Amino acid sequence: MDALLHQVLAGLATGGIYASLALALVMIYQATHLVNFAQGELAMFATYFAWSLINAGVPYWPAFFLTVIFAFVLGVVIERVIIRPVENAPVLAVVVVFIALLVILNSVTGWIYSYTIKTFPSPFPAEPIFGKYMSAHEAGAIGVTLVVLLLLFAFFRFTPLGLAMRAAAQNPDSARLVGIRVGWMLALGWGLAAAIGGVAGMMVAPIVYLDPNMMGGVLLYAFAAALVGGIDNPGGAVLGGFMVGVLENVLGAFVIGNELKLAVALVLIIGVLVVKPSGFFGKVFVTRV
Amino acid sequence: MTRRQLIPIAALLLAACALPLVVSDYRVFQFNLVLVYAIALLGLNLLTGYNGQISLGHGAFYAIGAYCAAILMDKYGVPYWATLPVAGAVCLLAGFLFGLPALRLEGLYLALATFALGVSLPALLKYHHLERWTGGVQGIVIAKPDPPFGLPINADQWLYYFTLAVAIVMFLLAWNLLRGRVGRALVAIRDNHIATEAMGVNIAIYKSLAFGVSAMYTGVAGALGAIAIQYVAPDSFNIFLSLVFLIGIVIGGLASISGAIYGALFIQFVPNVADEISKAAPWAIFGIFLIGFVYLMPMGIAGAVRMAVAWLQRKAQNSRRPT
Amino acid sequence: MGAFLEVSNLHAAYGLTRVLHGISFAMQEGTITTLLGANGAGKTTTLRALCAMVTTQGEIRFAGQRIDKRATEDIVRLGIAHVPDGRGTFVNLSTEENLRLGAYVRRDRDHIEADLERVYGYFPRLRERRAQQAGTLSGGEQQMLAVSRALMLRPKLMLLDEPSFGLAPLIVKELFGILRTVNEKEHVSMLVVEQNAAMALDLADHAYVIETGRVVLSGTAAEIKRDDNVRRSYLGY
Repeated sequence: MDALLHQVLAGLATGGIYASLALALVMIYQATHLVNFAQGELAMFATYFAWSLINAGVPYWPAFFLTVIFAFVLGVVIERVIIRPVENAPVLAVVVVFIALLVILNSVTGWIYSYTIKTFPSPFPAEPIFGKYMSAHEAGAIGVTLVVLLLLFAFFRFTPLGLAMRAAAQNPDSARLVGIRVGWMLALGWGLAAAIGGVAGMMVAPIVYLDPNMMGGVLLYAFAAALVGGIDNPGGAVLGGFMVGVLENVLGAFVIGNELKLAVALVLIIGVLVVKPSGFFGKVFVTRV
Repeated sequence: MTRRQLIPIAALLLAACALPLVVSDYRVFQFNLVLVYAIALLGLNLLTGYNGQISLGHGAFYAIGAYCAAILMDKYGVPYWATLPVAGAVCLLAGFLFGLPALRLEGLYLALATFALGVSLPALLKYHHLERWTGGVQGIVIAKPDPPFGLPINADQWLYYFTLAVAIVMFLLAWNLLRGRVGRALVAIRDNHIATEAMGVNIAIYKSLAFGVSAMYTGVAGALGAIAIQYVAPDSFNIFLSLVFLIGIVIGGLASISGAIYGALFIQFVPNVADEISKAAPWAIFGIFLIGFVYLMPMGIAGAVRMAVAWLQRKAQNSRRPT
Repeated sequence: MGAFLEVSNLHAAYGLTRVLHGISFAMQEGTITTLLGANGAGKTTTLRALCAMVTTQGEIRFAGQRIDKRATEDIVRLGIAHVPDGRGTFVNLSTEENLRLGAYVRRDRDHIEADLERVYGYFPRLRERRAQQAGTLSGGEQQMLAVSRALMLRPKLMLLDEPSFGLAPLIVKELFGILRTVNEKEHVSMLVVEQNAAMALDLADHAYVIETGRVVLSGTAAEIKRDDNVRRSYLGY
């Protein structure tokens, strides 16, 4: 029973990270109907930036916020410069560009920082709290995730800019007719998604250690979470993230063994895509002939 | 095929046959891998270039073929040439089975599903319950086959000729398949599957078969690759292998048979050169070339060659015209 | 000084299909002008051209400035509000969110609340449904919402594309009455594209009749209403 509780709580912690990344994926999908295959590498790159700052002596939280800003700007620039030219191109062209982005970010990171694994600090104390059920970092990660999600929700729900972004994503033509610069809304969306990814990366790095390939598995879980929740449903993505985190941990500890944990993501992805592509909470899309 | 097209192909074949006799053993090994990748790229091109189904996980079929060959040779003493049909058959089935649920997935979603397969593959291969066969993390080492009938060439050269023969057969098969009704159906499905279905073409069969045949090609390539490298291990079959195949067909030229060769040359030799600069350089170059090609040369090298040839032919025609 | 809105020799095409073949007309400030014509005559295209939603050749001048080379978002900022055909409602957002979006480009935040109240005054049913998802509103209510969203811009010029489409005659009368009021009290000029010529001619001051992408007739609404030949040949009643 103890062990189960421990796995569930740890699962919630990683689930929060998946939820953040899944939210970033859904945000971009809602606005562009594109799946950002490079989301993980963006997050990883931002985390390395944080590592550089911390290594240079910058205290953790200032480094954290500077990284969030850095990631935001990077996301905006990538959207305007690399993604915009292929926004309306055939699917294969877009996928190729995303893969190129993934590959470039991964290799540039390896080139600048080398491929040796590094440790990434956690801002939370090392002693476990809540007894043996959860480390302070895990609790902290959940906390940070919730704060980020709350801030985002408030932004989209209560600010004019958030409203404009929602409008631009749902109906670009009408959005233009009320004066919204739809192109910049997309760039903003990418910036936010990249920033969220950066936060996710900084939360996961203390657990999985910093290396250019660290986000590969995490991205897969995030995809699974986004699909389970409905790829156009932000709330669903968040719920999906926590669900996938708990499921992965519980199955891994008690049913299939730790090695096959990634297979859980694979099965979820293919299962949802084949059985219920709109996810458990999403809407069905019909394409016109 | 016209007489004009036959000449460069014959020249190429001649050069390919003469190659091992003039270059070092290591180069022979490298060109062996070029042939292996060419077969794999042809497989992927069949599916993605001609039929429009995007696969970011074709490394999985390459791995299945490679492990088939390795397990058969190492555990059951099967001769190397006999592993090829087995690898091909297993992958044909695997591809077809994967293609069935994939029928419902369009573009981006299929890319996502195959991406997931590609990312989780090394983990699946390391699964300890399969260790008895797969050799776990350490993988399997296999022996290099000797040239038969005591031919006066060394093992590397023999393997090259063997792979060349297989490659020629498989390219001929593909060329024959694609220029007929099947090829036209595949392309029609890619370009407008609703209209094609309305015309009575059985989309499901074609698409699943495309997956199966494509997987078979890549699986045979995997087996040949394993024999050449004499080693299979889970971590060499990660997502980047699948991505390198995609890079190969985009740069070589989508929906083009010659594109498979250009692409294979590119993915084999660029890392060789770029490795001198740094370990990360090959992939950075791949990424930059990818973006460059998508924006500037979407038809790939094959397309550029076609355009160059057409331009030269026009010039020749113009110069023959009376002024 | 030229007219408030001046369109000179406007050509527009969708891909290779030419729809407008050199259309020219003008509007005075403070008036309601209607563009009439049969289906496919190019009326909707004219409105879309004014908002740079199709590629055009020719000149469009608004309050003296050329706007034909500008982007839609910039034209909105000049004070032109477009109520598109199909209403263009943000169906997943609430009624009030739709209205607030209408005021997106405005800098005077304090007056927006007052405008919201005024708009609810014109259309009390919208106030009742302010928190409701806009996609669940009836056709008539969505049309009111679309018009209100345009009003939230405090536009100088409103473009309305077939506002009577799919609405019961009583509701159209109510709507047109409010448009008249807005025009008189708030000095909002209006360019109304309509297939329902009878009701449009009652509302408007001036009228142009368009046929296959060209203006074929123009005059005051009263003149055109009186002319039986015109009514029968061009307007079908």
